[in-house]
Amino acid sequence: MSQTSYECDVLIIGAGGAGLRAAISVAEKDPNLKIGVISKVYPMRSHTVSAEGGAAAVIKDNDSLDDHAYDTISGGDWLCDQDAVEIFVREAPKEMIRLEHWGCPWSRQEDGKVAVRPFGGMKKQRTWYAADKTGFHMLHALFQTSMKYSSVQRYDEWFVTSLLVDEGRCQGAVAVEIATGKIAAIKARSVIICSGGAGKVFPFTTNANIKTGDGIALAYRAGVPLKDMEFVQYHPTGLPFTGILITEASRAEGGYLLNKDGYRYLQDYDLGKPEPKPVLRSMELGPRDRLSQAFVKEAEKGRTLEGPYGNYVHLDLRHLGKKIINEKIPFVRELCMKYENIDPIKEMIPVRPVVHYMMGGIDTDINGATPLSGLFAAGECACVSINGANRLGSNSLTELLVFGARAGENAAKFAANQNGLSSKLDALYLDEVQRLNEQFLHKTGGTENIAEIRKTMHKIMDEGAGIYRTNESLIKSQNDIVELKERFKHIKISDNSSTFNTELIATLELSCLLDIAESIIQSGLHRKESRGSHQRSDFAERDDSQYLSHSLAYKRENDIPEIKYKPVVITRWPPGERVYGR
Amino acid sequence: MDDNLTIMAESITFEVFRYKPDESSEPSLQKYKIPWQKDWVILDALNYIKDNIDGTLSYRWSCRMGVCGSCGMMVNGKPVLTCATFLKKFLPGPIRIEPLENFPVIRDLVIEMSDFLDKLKSVKPWVIRDEQDLVEEEYVQTPDQLADYKQYSMCINCMLCYSACPVVALEPDFVGPAAIALAQRYNMDNRDQGNKERMEVLNADTGIWNCTFVGDCSVVCPENVDPAGAIQRYKVESASHWWKNLLLPWGKG
Repeated sequence: MSQTSYECDVLIIGAGGAGLRAAISVAEKDPNLKIGVISKVYPMRSHTVSAEGGAAAVIKDNDSLDDHAYDTISGGDWLCDQDAVEIFVREAPKEMIRLEHWGCPWSRQEDGKVAVRPFGGMKKQRTWYAADKTGFHMLHALFQTSMKYSSVQRYDEWFVTSLLVDEGRCQGAVAVEIATGKIAAIKARSVIICSGGAGKVFPFTTNANIKTGDGIALAYRAGVPLKDMEFVQYHPTGLPFTGILITEASRAEGGYLLNKDGYRYLQDYDLGKPEPKPVLRSMELGPRDRLSQAFVKEAEKGRTLEGPYGNYVHLDLRHLGKKIINEKIPFVRELCMKYENIDPIKEMIPVRPVVHYMMGGIDTDINGATPLSGLFAAGECACVSINGANRLGSNSLTELLVFGARAGENAAKFAANQNGLSSKLDALYLDEVQRLNEQFLHKTGGTENIAEIRKTMHKIMDEGAGIYRTNESLIKSQNDIVELKERFKHIKISDNSSTFNTELIATLELSCLLDIAESIIQSGLHRKESRGSHQRSDFAERDDSQYLSHSLAYKRENDIPEIKYKPVVITRWPPGERVYGR
Repeated sequence: MDDNLTIMAESITFEVFRYKPDESSEPSLQKYKIPWQKDWVILDALNYIKDNIDGTLSYRWSCRMGVCGSCGMMVNGKPVLTCATFLKKFLPGPIRIEPLENFPVIRDLVIEMSDFLDKLKSVKPWVIRDEQDLVEEEYVQTPDQLADYKQYSMCINCMLCYSACPVVALEPDFVGPAAIALAQRYNMDNRDQGNKERMEVLNADTGIWNCTFVGDCSVVCPENVDPAGAIQRYKVESASHWWKNLLLPWGKG
């Protein structure tokens, strides 16, 4: 009989930027620790690969850590924990240099030093970039570097279905080996979740097919609260239909956003005056939440264009010229030519806001530790929070490194201090096998179609929990999602093969998405104010007297999630007005 | 041209390779008729089949923007990224979809590729330096030095080149185009000093000398990495290294 029980010291779930950085961190901290890295895809397929624009870290003489901290905190509409932000900006340069030493092909100045570019909401140029495939190069540099550590054992294409928790301590996970259908327990002294975000709860997203929030749901189901889930970032410039991202770097290099009259409409939304050259923290280089909201208002005024896939505006890069476009943003040109049959050197690019990033996630502290002993998290799946109510572009790639490394280090310390594992893990494993068999693998008599349920969820989220929300829209979404979860119980899986059963995996992913959708709706319903990306038409102002706090969504059995709050950590930057372009 | 074709074709037939080892040891071709949309890539059509016609069809995909490297398949006999290949190119059909050639098939369109990861690891694709990594600042690398290896760093590991390579077909242990290009990516990076260590693998029986320079790898590469060029360049370097080894003692003498 094949092996169904494995053991390691630190188990890392997810092998994107944060997971790989965490693995290297553990390997360097203590070469004697056995590291398991489990991922539902081969590591180089992870969604970090799609990040384009760059990664922020202070390195130039005219810049300062305080400037980076202030941009981040004001960009996050004062919902960031400032102790976390201070650590983040301080450790960012060191992390970026490490990645440089690991071979990341950063774009360079003529003198051979690393080049930086401007980015939205940043008042200094501090975004490191590898042309406009930054995430791709970071991921491959991390993955290839991780190969040199013999203490790392990978479980490629395994899907985790639950955490093993006993006596209040996380001690591993149960997972399906996708190629064979084998279900196994992987026991561990500590666990780090680095599984990415959950953009796939929405229909129109830049996120890859794999971004289904599995790790977030694992923690949530194990009793860990999800923090600030109401904050969903819409990126202002996605291609219609595909949702492919056109990087903010295209605006940082000087691109204009134009309405149907060819007018730079952002000037009407308190984002500054139009200048021919890009001005930091102004106009097209404002923060993503404000730009996406301006689009909605512009559409309401009837000043956007109409296409087969909804309203859109134009991103105009033509004045940048061929040389800048080819050197600085070649991938933008490649994507436009390949997917829209448009050459941005000669034509304007149709764009519209698109779901891009979850500010919220698994509640962690500055060490990546969750409230569940032995469980850590880092990257988009986690909420430290350095992103507050709106993440600044180019902070997320850096976050993977800083908090991936911190989570790795602290999970290593934790693992080294643990002795035995609970004797009940085998029994817990058998329980999970039984649950999977009953609910999915050997289920009969189901009638509901996966694609239909997914489509309905998309509609519910898009209509009720999008860029602007109201009490009414969120209550309707909540009722609809409860009904949909009921329908999901009668799901039909037509594929009963144990070999590479992608229908089974898609069903497990959908169950994760439904849990996450509900946490977004409930968190949004309770926050009766507008802050950053969470805009309530019925509560249009920010309300620091009541909501200078993080929401915490707790899962309840057969009930909607319970929402609690904890205060934001303020160190040196008292809440103020977000000022852009003036 | 597109609009005329749209009017002409309302549906298109897919012939998809099916292999379900749990049920049968023999593969077969299954036909699906799908509505034709002018904006669709091959992958959209496969997703349509999976969502609406046959949930049992298995294949890999993720980013749908040509950068994750998951969705390579044979389309009408050629290895392509299905997310970057439009349906309209193949009108009026039928379109034949098969798993990438030169790999064992796990199921349907899913190939077994863990062998590549072993090959990749064997060429030591990481920065090797003689001294300890203690520098507080970045290593200097001019734009020209970056340009020396940048092209080879663009490999997305999509496996199209292995599928196209006639040597891989005959000699499965051949390290292969992508892994050699990635070895060269580090060899040519001025921050790296690992050339000698990699040479052992690249010069071995399963290394570069297997390549007969057919060049199909570079033709099918969606990222213009030019593995064939990388291999040629390495052969020249390696040969001159051999000459130097032979000649230098004489010169010194």
